[in-house]
Amino acid sequence: MKKAFRAQVLLCAGGACISSGTESVRDAFQRELGEQQLNEEVGLITTGCMGMCEVGPIVVIYPEGVFYQKVKSEDVAEIVKEHLLKGRVVQRLFYKKPSTQELVQAMNEIDFFRLQEKIALRNCGNIDPEDIREYIAAGGYEALGKALTNMAPPQVVEQITVSGLRGRGGAGFPTGIKWRATADQPGKPKYVVCNADEGDPGAFMDRSLLEGDPHSLIEAMTICGYAVGANQGFVYVRAEYPLAIQRLEKALTQAREMGLLGKNLFSSGFDFNIEIRMGAGAFVCGEETALMHSIEGRRGEPRPKPPFPAVKGLFDRPTVLNNVETFANVPYIVLNGGMAYARLGTEKSKGTKVFALAGDVNNTGLVEVPMGMPLGTIVYDLGGGIPNGKKFKAVQIGGPSGGCIPAAHLNTPVTYESLPQLGAIMGSGGLVVMNEDTCMVDLARYFLEFIAEESCGKCTPCRVGTRVMLELVNRICNGQGTMEDLERLEELAGVIQKSSLCGLGQTAPNPVLSTLRYFREEYIEHIKDHHCRAGVCQSIMHAPCSNACPASVNVPAYLAYAKEGNFEEALRVHLRNNPFPSICGRVCPQWCIDKCRRSDLEGPLAVRAVKRFMSDLRDDYSELYPAKVPANNRKVAVIGAGPAGLSCGYYLVLLGYDVTVFERREESGGLMRYAIPDYRLPRKILAKEISNLERLGLKIKTGVAVGRDISMADLRAQGFEAFFMSSGAGHEIMPKIPGVDLPGVYPGTAFLEQAARSQPMNVGRRRRSGICC
Amino acid sequence: MKNLDELRKIRDEVRKSMEIRSGNHRAKIVVGMGTCGIAAGARETMQALMGELEQAGINDVAVTATGCAGFCEREPLVDVEIAGQPAVRYGKVDAAAARKIVQEHIVGGRKVDSLVFG
Amino acid sequence: MTDSNTTACACEGQCNAAVWNELDEFIASHERGRNSLIQVLHKAQELFGYLPPDVHQHVADQLGLPVSEVLGVVTFYHYFSMQPRGRHTINVCMGTACYVRGAKKVLEALQEKLGIKMGETTPDRRFSITTQRCFGACGLAPVIMVNSDVHGRVTANKLTGILNQYE
Repeated sequence: MKKAFRAQVLLCAGGACISSGTESVRDAFQRELGEQQLNEEVGLITTGCMGMCEVGPIVVIYPEGVFYQKVKSEDVAEIVKEHLLKGRVVQRLFYKKPSTQELVQAMNEIDFFRLQEKIALRNCGNIDPEDIREYIAAGGYEALGKALTNMAPPQVVEQITVSGLRGRGGAGFPTGIKWRATADQPGKPKYVVCNADEGDPGAFMDRSLLEGDPHSLIEAMTICGYAVGANQGFVYVRAEYPLAIQRLEKALTQAREMGLLGKNLFSSGFDFNIEIRMGAGAFVCGEETALMHSIEGRRGEPRPKPPFPAVKGLFDRPTVLNNVETFANVPYIVLNGGMAYARLGTEKSKGTKVFALAGDVNNTGLVEVPMGMPLGTIVYDLGGGIPNGKKFKAVQIGGPSGGCIPAAHLNTPVTYESLPQLGAIMGSGGLVVMNEDTCMVDLARYFLEFIAEESCGKCTPCRVGTRVMLELVNRICNGQGTMEDLERLEELAGVIQKSSLCGLGQTAPNPVLSTLRYFREEYIEHIKDHHCRAGVCQSIMHAPCSNACPASVNVPAYLAYAKEGNFEEALRVHLRNNPFPSICGRVCPQWCIDKCRRSDLEGPLAVRAVKRFMSDLRDDYSELYPAKVPANNRKVAVIGAGPAGLSCGYYLVLLGYDVTVFERREESGGLMRYAIPDYRLPRKILAKEISNLERLGLKIKTGVAVGRDISMADLRAQGFEAFFMSSGAGHEIMPKIPGVDLPGVYPGTAFLEQAARSQPMNVGRRRRSGICC
Repeated sequence: MKNLDELRKIRDEVRKSMEIRSGNHRAKIVVGMGTCGIAAGARETMQALMGELEQAGINDVAVTATGCAGFCEREPLVDVEIAGQPAVRYGKVDAAAARKIVQEHIVGGRKVDSLVFG
Repeated sequence: MTDSNTTACACEGQCNAAVWNELDEFIASHERGRNSLIQVLHKAQELFGYLPPDVHQHVADQLGLPVSEVLGVVTFYHYFSMQPRGRHTINVCMGTACYVRGAKKVLEALQEKLGIKMGETTPDRRFSITTQRCFGACGLAPVIMVNSDVHGRVTANKLTGILNQYE
């Protein structure tokens, strides 16, 4: 008889929490509870995965439902003395909302949990998976009892059909149809097989279910056996899941001891037995025909379908093959009726789905939500958004068979129908979030590498085709690709999709096609510009900082010189790519710092500050400019003395040309002079860098508007042979909102220009104006 | 397992001990367990409360601890909050008084005036 | 059987009759034929640390299968190794989540530290490095497994501390 405790401490013992240290926390609790003599009052229970893996080890204390995160064994003494004994909760261990840093006490107030609807995971994290009695207390085996004593097999199949349950392993095939097809086959034996191979990298819901609620699977498989006429079940578990295998074995033993598995269950005359079979590290064995071959002791190669497993499956007998998560929903459906399940979700995608959130997201872990929830809600409200202030780039759904979804489609409701339209698939529910530092071409390469390695080799399109695709993408990543390679890639993808024997090959091109669809520019940048904007592909990149710099300034080089105190050489390096170090040292948005690898340690290097310092040290750059090519006396006219025109003039002078810049305003500089205010970019700094260019040989004529004061024909007559138009894009586009044409509303550039000329602007008595940019 | 009744028996037995995780309590008893409370004997009070509840077969009442409320003179202090009714604070609750509170207030529904604080 | 084995195998004579007996007992408790092959191979690898050719032959004989079939299965599955493994197997997860969070760097650092490449064993037979796709602990990416211990949030700096736990 279980004791009635006044408080219960639930320790999450899911795989992730265990590797974060749950076991030492548990030992500490046992010790401390003993020391404080609370063993009669406080119960200690280890449960399966609670889902929020990022913040483990997790401790939940009832009756208050207080949620403690990242608990270490050193914290336990305080929890026991303060919370359990004296009732004072330990705030420093509360969950902190990522955006606001607000502390949240109760588990059911944390968005991650509040927004979920748990059916498959109903018991995970709430019961002790190694105690069948807790499963029973939570209503377990009641569904089996009901089915065996009160329902005929066709009625069970009916409820599954009504529920609208579809295969949760990835294909989404209607489960009711599968069960009926198997039930309709004559003869014995028949088999029930559970696919617990879970090969998709990024998916771990099946593992959590096996570790956290193994009885749910046992009950479901037995119900299935009854419904279709099978007496033997097999669970095919991947070898990489030792803890899941251990918990399942224990659960099977306990079920047999209690007479809930074996002969004459619930006195109905129905027998059922389950055996575990281990996988051996082959992704393709997640495919149903390959899986069955593996159970039969063969190489895990798939075969053509039809015949489908329902007709001819394991050992050539009629077989139901379903995924762990699919089975986990069955007891709920049988107990509460198919309609209860069908009230959740959308018209064609009923019920709930478990998603594994991983990658660049704050709250990694497992969540179960109703079908039809928008993807953005899962990533941001449940997942807590992207860490470290980075930008969202895409989310990969469906593993190596799936596709990526960019920000533009975050509103998409997650259903079996909506995702294929975007070029992705639901798959097993693995959601890998990616930030701006992920190269989508590299990602496609990653998946292709995986598929090419896991290809079983039986059919040529997959065996050879995936390798060729991999070679093509590799070349593109290394900056050796051509535009023809892109064409070949797309053509090959189509062929492989249509002619591969099994799902592995048929879906192998998906990641490539998906990244091409939404991130084609990145492929083209790799090919044409030899540029990887995410700073990942090492072969075409020097360093992430210079890669991110729009002028490709050799940042590591000038920082190295600066470190030695050789500021002259540092400046010389900079001037090769950018003639405005002092200016940019004050106003550049410093994309280099965003990519600085040092951020992973204690913080980025102050690249811009160094630049400003080294250039401020010197007034005269003459000796530090690159060597000039001998003069060729050919004249070039540059129209507009803004940053583009001045830079163009700079490089042309270095190349030996005779360059004159014509500027319509009184002073040169363009937006640097007439938009950026003096307190941000001092006039004298601007003047210094422009006069250095003049010293180099660049001629600037201000107050001359080409087209008004002088014409192009005039300039040609004067001997100018080429013209560079850099008059700027100064016209503003006013937003189409009410009130935009009222007095007191100014375009931003006009306002800034007037301020730059020190002309007073009427901002109204009460200082109310609108500034549009 | 012979039949559904056997299953349900186990379920009901074990369920009582897991009730605490459901959040459905019709009443809450809070025992002051600050240093003063413990010094005045709150631990014995706590054990007596739990024992009495178990004997009476009650499992929809939460029992928790709290810190020092500042009325050290009258410790051990016990608050009883029945859903929908104003909370009642009891003072100087020893083991015997604790048992009385369970029998008369929790089970019987009448507060024990003689023990009320103040 | 054991005599010819000690010259052929690389376990430095560690295997002995007791180990072979344990394997045979396991085989006897399973049905003869192909159905038991993969489970028997798992057991054999657990006992010997790897699957050398003489083990293939023995298993083939005991189960009544052609040795070519046994070899076909051994070479198909990543889990089975024909090379001797170290005392401790370091498994680096190269699943998507771990990859996105830096698993490649961890593997490179590990290879540099131990002086061996992926798939190889250190000369003192202390460690072997393998990779696997996804242990399912994606919440703790990047993840490595040493034997059956899962280590999460691994960085190059943490490797020394982790490896020191394993003699």
